Amino acid sequence: MKISTIKELLSAEVLCNEEMLSHEVYSACGSDMMSDVLAYVKNQAVLLTGLVNAQVIRTAEMMDMVCVVFVRSKKPSPEMIELAKECGLVVLSTDKRMYEACGKLYANGLKAGDEDE
Amino acid sequence: MKMSEAIRFHFDVDGDNFTSAGQASVQIKKNLRQLGISPETIRRVSIAMYEGEINMVIHANGGSADVLVYEDGIEIILADKGPGIPNIELAMKEGYSTAPDNVRNLGFGAGMGLPNMKRYTDDMKIETEQGVGTTITMRVNL
Repeated sequence: MKISTIKELLSAEVLCNEEMLSHEVYSACGSDMMSDVLAYVKNQAVLLTGLVNAQVIRTAEMMDMVCVVFVRSKKPSPEMIELAKECGLVVLSTDKRMYEACGKLYANGLKAGDEDE
Repeated sequence: MKMSEAIRFHFDVDGDNFTSAGQASVQIKKNLRQLGISPETIRRVSIAMYEGEINMVIHANGGSADVLVYEDGIEIILADKGPGIPNIELAMKEGYSTAPDNVRNLGFGAGMGLPNMKRYTDDMKIETEQGVGTTITMRVNL
């Protein structure tokens, strides 16, 4: 799925790195606990979260992700956007809640990716 | 390259600022990329170090992080002058956390830090003394 499709499915606003919207992604995860993302996520390219702080961007960067989607209309600070630009992360914001946002993407073919063994 | 010729990166981890926690790990990712280390190894090193950095900020008011790149492995040494870990066995248990609630609101404190550091590295050694500090040495083989 292209990141541009995620944007359309979630009626999301693009907050940075718009030029990367044609990038293909194969899996995603959703969590407000960065500890769990670091522990259980493997090769997922997209993170959906309702948590807003700089550690969300750093966690995504550590996991080599390419896109962060903030749900429930959460808006990151300018500093976070700056950090995301440096890391080459597309940042989206949607008014959908976590359950609905994940459900829409999953139903349209964006999978959960590798299961933790 | 001989063992004595390790490439060394040193970072101070600021204990007062949760926002800046993880800066050293982001930087080390770049450094290792420039050295041509494989992406999978870089990810393991940076995640382990990132968890360690977060731990130092939450529990120990900061500390220092040193990364040594040898021919056959990468060593990460995290040292702090915090309160020490009273019970290592308990601290290594997944889900056990002594982090305050405000840390949980920031997305951490799930009790996965130390277990994650062990999971992503080939070897981990914890030296800790209560009231003196903790030094964690991790190694990722190349």
